[in-house]
Amino acid sequence: MAEDFTRRRLLQSAALASAGAFGLTGCGSYLATGFAGSRPPPRTVTYWDLFTGGDGGRMGEMEDAFRKRRPEIDLRTATFLWGDPYYTKLSLAILGDQPPDLAVSHATRVTGYARADLLQPLAADDLARHGLTADRFSRAAWEASHVDGTLYAIPLDTHPWVLYYNTEICERAGLLDSDGILTSLDGPDEFADAMHRVKEATGGWGGMLAININTPSTFRFFYTLYSQLGGQLLADEGRRVVLDEEKAVRALSYGRRLTVEEGLMPADVDYEGAVALFASGKAGFYIQGEWEVTTFTEAKLPFSMVPFPNVFGGPYVVEADSHAFVLPRFRNPDPRRTDAALTVARGLLDESLTWAEGGHVPVWQPVQRSEAYRSLDPQSNYAAAVDNAVYHPPAWYSGSGSLLEIHVGSAVASVLAGQATPEAAVARMGRALQRLAETPSPL
Amino acid sequence: MATETLTRPRVGRRARPGRARRAHPTPAGLGLLAPFVVLYLLFLVGPIAYLAVMSLFNTSLVRPGLGGFAGLGNYAEALTSSEFWSSLWHTVLFTIMTTPPLVVLALALAILTNRLARGRWFFRLVFFAPYVIPSSVMALIWVWIYTPDFGLYSSWLSSLGIAAPSWLGDPNWALASIALGTIWWTLGFNFVLYLAGLQEIPRELYEAAAIDGGGPWQQIRRITIPMLGRTTTLVAVLQVITSLKVFDQMYIMTQGGPDFSTRSAVQYIFESGFTNYRVGYASAASMLLFLVILAVSVGWFSLVRRAERGV
Repeated sequence: MAEDFTRRRLLQSAALASAGAFGLTGCGSYLATGFAGSRPPPRTVTYWDLFTGGDGGRMGEMEDAFRKRRPEIDLRTATFLWGDPYYTKLSLAILGDQPPDLAVSHATRVTGYARADLLQPLAADDLARHGLTADRFSRAAWEASHVDGTLYAIPLDTHPWVLYYNTEICERAGLLDSDGILTSLDGPDEFADAMHRVKEATGGWGGMLAININTPSTFRFFYTLYSQLGGQLLADEGRRVVLDEEKAVRALSYGRRLTVEEGLMPADVDYEGAVALFASGKAGFYIQGEWEVTTFTEAKLPFSMVPFPNVFGGPYVVEADSHAFVLPRFRNPDPRRTDAALTVARGLLDESLTWAEGGHVPVWQPVQRSEAYRSLDPQSNYAAAVDNAVYHPPAWYSGSGSLLEIHVGSAVASVLAGQATPEAAVARMGRALQRLAETPSPL
Repeated sequence: MATETLTRPRVGRRARPGRARRAHPTPAGLGLLAPFVVLYLLFLVGPIAYLAVMSLFNTSLVRPGLGGFAGLGNYAEALTSSEFWSSLWHTVLFTIMTTPPLVVLALALAILTNRLARGRWFFRLVFFAPYVIPSSVMALIWVWIYTPDFGLYSSWLSSLGIAAPSWLGDPNWALASIALGTIWWTLGFNFVLYLAGLQEIPRELYEAAAIDGGGPWQQIRRITIPMLGRTTTLVAVLQVITSLKVFDQMYIMTQGGPDFSTRSAVQYIFESGFTNYRVGYASAASMLLFLVILAVSVGWFSLVRRAERGV
């Protein structure tokens, strides 16, 4: 009969077939997660990070290695764009009680997150079960992971501001010693002279710094120079501005000297442009955090890296931050999930060597002390710089990708691009910081 | 002669005899209205009321409850904040930069396309196609076009021997560059509205004009443009409102930089509320933006209406 073939019959069989398919592949629990909001089984660990580019590739390798070693854990990952987009999404997910089990955060963001009650405090005995004890981490990074005496993060690395140099160009410019290592560029004139010589050798530029639309880079450049002069930005958890105008003007004037005054670095290049120009040999130096190693290695560029020079000759300091694992707070925490998340964190720490190949200095001592890491060149050249790291000053508006970075970085960029005088930019910086300091903290 | 033919038929406006008779709503009418009203109350009126309340408190995103009472403190802070004003100005400037070209160009392209004898579907598709892509794709395309040194525009200009500006990197150029990309992207919507409007103009008017010896330019000026008056009002109002709400392409292309020169009012509100957790303050700022959009729309509508009646 023709009625045997009705639409209803067809829909029923389709529904049955799809239900069967879900049952077979075990997607039922994920369907429940998606539709009913129930949490996936505890052997599933959701993990969010903000690593793209070279870092993203390496984190992917580490995750794959972990999956192979611990197949009983179902690791599900998601990557979001660095900075505001990531941190906004993470805090909103936690507030909506749908966070990942494990997430990456910059150390400078942990304080704010912890004060806002967005993170689970980490208990020493939970960690000890996974072998995560204080003696197996770099002391500075471990201490930076505490807020008011409570541990909130498991540090993965430290990433200082460094100087990349093209070995062929620097050799032509006569800047390498007999062992092929860059001679010391400490001192304002020494660093500028070296850039001049490189500029002659390339016929293009001396160095590269991302100035356009990249406030983290201009902030880090300024903060390193300003800290080398002994300057500080904030005190009392950000309630007081202690900007030293004279030192800030000195640091900015030096930056201006390198760009608009002596034409050693382009004043209008963005992040990708700076990478491309250094990778194509149009400049001998590249100033940035150490995370672009993979890019230049893959470009087969003859290059090496050293800690950023001690330009102003005082006690050596350099801007740095750390990536760390954090456990977002759930309204109803489940110890089994916490345990699974810590298993993943430990597993990824064990892959620190892969991470270190991407430039970051590992803080996991079994790797940091290993021969394999020490023989990494150029990645281990600047490992000592982490002992002289300056982090963002604590404040509700500080941290990686924060208002502090955006306001200070914008003012710095306007000087480096020749749009403002150092004095005007420092005055602007002071006003912006003052306004932030006076705003009641939302935490 | 021609002017007589052009008096607009006002059928739609006067002929509504049934309206006054049925003053009392029937259950069926209410029932049909319910799906809309419920959603409207739940997702528009309710949140706006909540927003108005929150704007009077120091509400924090990460703290439960409304927080301490702030009175009009949040409004005072926004009105005295140079950041709020500058981002509002960027939004207004963006509206000024985008609205006239988006109306005039859409009209011109629609008229040109409509005059084509063959291949009309192709041009309709071409001009409408960009409107279909999501803002993220549009942003990616234009970031590539604007790349300094080796981007499309820079290499074109340098092959002509002109030094290209740093499109998205120069605070003086960034907003205009985004506006240009936006014009390319959203032109299609207005274009389609105009095309639809063009179909409604009776053929006889053109025939009569041709018989009277009116050239193509005269026909456009005396028939097409006046007959499209209603469409132009609609297009202009929708365009002003859309431009005042600009956020996504700016956020993706420049994150509001360089030096905050492309931070729109909506982005400022988003950052204050969701990134910096200051929901109370962000609510006050968005109430202010709401008032601005409301005032502009009402003002613009009444201006255009008056001009329309004067025709």
